[in-house]
Amino acid sequence: MMKYTKQIAMRQTLGEVLLKLGEEIPELVVLDSDVSSSTQTIHFGKKYPNRFFNVGVAEANMVDIAGGMATCGLRPVASAFAIFLTLKGAEQIRNVICYNKLPVILLGGYAGLSDSFDGASHQSITDIAVMRAMPNLNVIVPADSVELIQALEQMIHFDGPSYIRICRNPTPVLFENEEPFKFGKIRKTQEGTDITIAACGVPVYMAMEAADELKAIGISAEVLNVSTIKPIDSETLVNSVRKTGCILTIEEHSIIGGMGSAVAEVLMKNHPVKMDSIGISDTFTSTGPYMELLQKYGISKESIIEKALKLIRV
Amino acid sequence: MSTLTDKKLPRKSLQDIEGETDLLKKAAKIHSFAQQCRVDIFDMLYKRGNGHWGGSASAAELLSTLYLHFLDTFPDDPRNPDRDRLVLSKGHAAPMLYNILAKKGYFPMEELNTFRDLNSILQGHPCMNKTPGVDISSGPLGHGISVGLGMALAARLQKKKYWTFVIVGEGCLNEGQSWEGIMSVAKFAPPRLVIMVDYNKVQLDGLCSDIMPLDPLSDKFRAFNLNVADKVYDGHDVKEIMKSLEWAKQNERKPSVIIYKTHKGKGVSFMEDNSKWHGSTIDDESYTKGKAELIETLKKLK
Repeated sequence: MMKYTKQIAMRQTLGEVLLKLGEEIPELVVLDSDVSSSTQTIHFGKKYPNRFFNVGVAEANMVDIAGGMATCGLRPVASAFAIFLTLKGAEQIRNVICYNKLPVILLGGYAGLSDSFDGASHQSITDIAVMRAMPNLNVIVPADSVELIQALEQMIHFDGPSYIRICRNPTPVLFENEEPFKFGKIRKTQEGTDITIAACGVPVYMAMEAADELKAIGISAEVLNVSTIKPIDSETLVNSVRKTGCILTIEEHSIIGGMGSAVAEVLMKNHPVKMDSIGISDTFTSTGPYMELLQKYGISKESIIEKALKLIRV
Repeated sequence: MSTLTDKKLPRKSLQDIEGETDLLKKAAKIHSFAQQCRVDIFDMLYKRGNGHWGGSASAAELLSTLYLHFLDTFPDDPRNPDRDRLVLSKGHAAPMLYNILAKKGYFPMEELNTFRDLNSILQGHPCMNKTPGVDISSGPLGHGISVGLGMALAARLQKKKYWTFVIVGEGCLNEGQSWEGIMSVAKFAPPRLVIMVDYNKVQLDGLCSDIMPLDPLSDKFRAFNLNVADKVYDGHDVKEIMKSLEWAKQNERKPSVIIYKTHKGKGVSFMEDNSKWHGSTIDDESYTKGKAELIETLKKLK
């Protein structure tokens, strides 16, 4: 992670951007489920106590209260740990928020392995799979705090629900002076011709670093940041693999049903190519320091390089 | 057999009920209207071969009194932001809701003939984006109290005066989420939010006392710090329901809970309080016998 000296935790950014959006949008309300000092929505609550609703540890209830508010003209942002929001609140997200296409932003904090020391029970490695299966729901995984701000600024005005996945820990700031995040569009961080590496979330910086190292040994990798997983940018994906002929996906999520699966669904119909995916294999994870955990489950620059070389040589 | 469209009530007959100034007369008219709705949905469910009779019949007077006596509605502008909200948390009572919405003029009566058909605007359970007048989709139990709380909080925040009514049944109150919602209603305590319990004491699989006992129900709500009406009202007596709504009005500054004693399948003696008729198909013999009973009562009410 040495290359990226500036690191910011997305949750810290979240706390700040909600304050700003709260000033601009009087209809914005924030709900949290007794984790506001973790997710950082607490700052909104202090500034706008009348527009902040801490419902206690009751994610399902929180999602439906947000739904009721959204039918009456408010713009709710409902925040909880990703695992509990998307699993305890799954039926509410499906039958109230998505079925009715209500403009609610669902913020899944501490996602992936980032609630690292709390262990498998708190680590969210199925949220993308579950949220992706919900009709009407946008699924967004920002790669850094800059994308998080831009995603929130765009989705708060969207006529329908969005799930936004957030990492707990400080992570590299990648896109500070770049083109802003565009909902539904893949960001190409590097052009290449030998292999496509598609990443989302924190692993995007690993893909960018891996591409640099591959370049040093003469391999030209194209790096795609798939921050909108649904609706997915099929066009950019297909155009990329048409050129490179193979694709490797990497994400901080189970390999079952995540971004890799979304990419495979597009390519199998439109342009099948050699493909491999990096993610958490079908297993429960464990306690430990965040970066070491990612390493343990193969989410690393080294894995990308190893699998990329295999894929190219097949 | 007559068709549903034969039963169509012209809009002016609703004005006759809604505009009645003598409350006793009005109650009698609403009672007769509710019974007519029972007859109509009995026909509809028999013809369609599916749909929930028990829970619909249970809520006939509750829904009729709300729509003809209390709720501020805009059938020509169903999404009017100032309208009163109704959350039918026990969404399987959809047939009764649809029948009343059609008679209120939200959509043509003919649509009732398409209930549960492919591409119908009348889905098996209420869908807000398909049926004009439905304020929130429902059916999966246990959502209503949370959703209604959200609506009532939105009213408070936006300084609007609309009411939010949530109708729950025992099934809803089996769900843990309802009690999360009840805790939150007590905490946030918005005005003009009323939880109505259609307490017929029968659920899909049998008697609540066997499946999942809820008594003492009033005490449970009180223990959660909610304002509960002192008496349990008769949910089939329109005068009683009107009184209960008057009580809610007097208590409008905080959320209220009203429990109504009702009978599942009310109006057909052999279907009353019988879980078999929660959602079973109405066979020919039961239809003939049941219809005769319903008509008999309707005649007495007219």
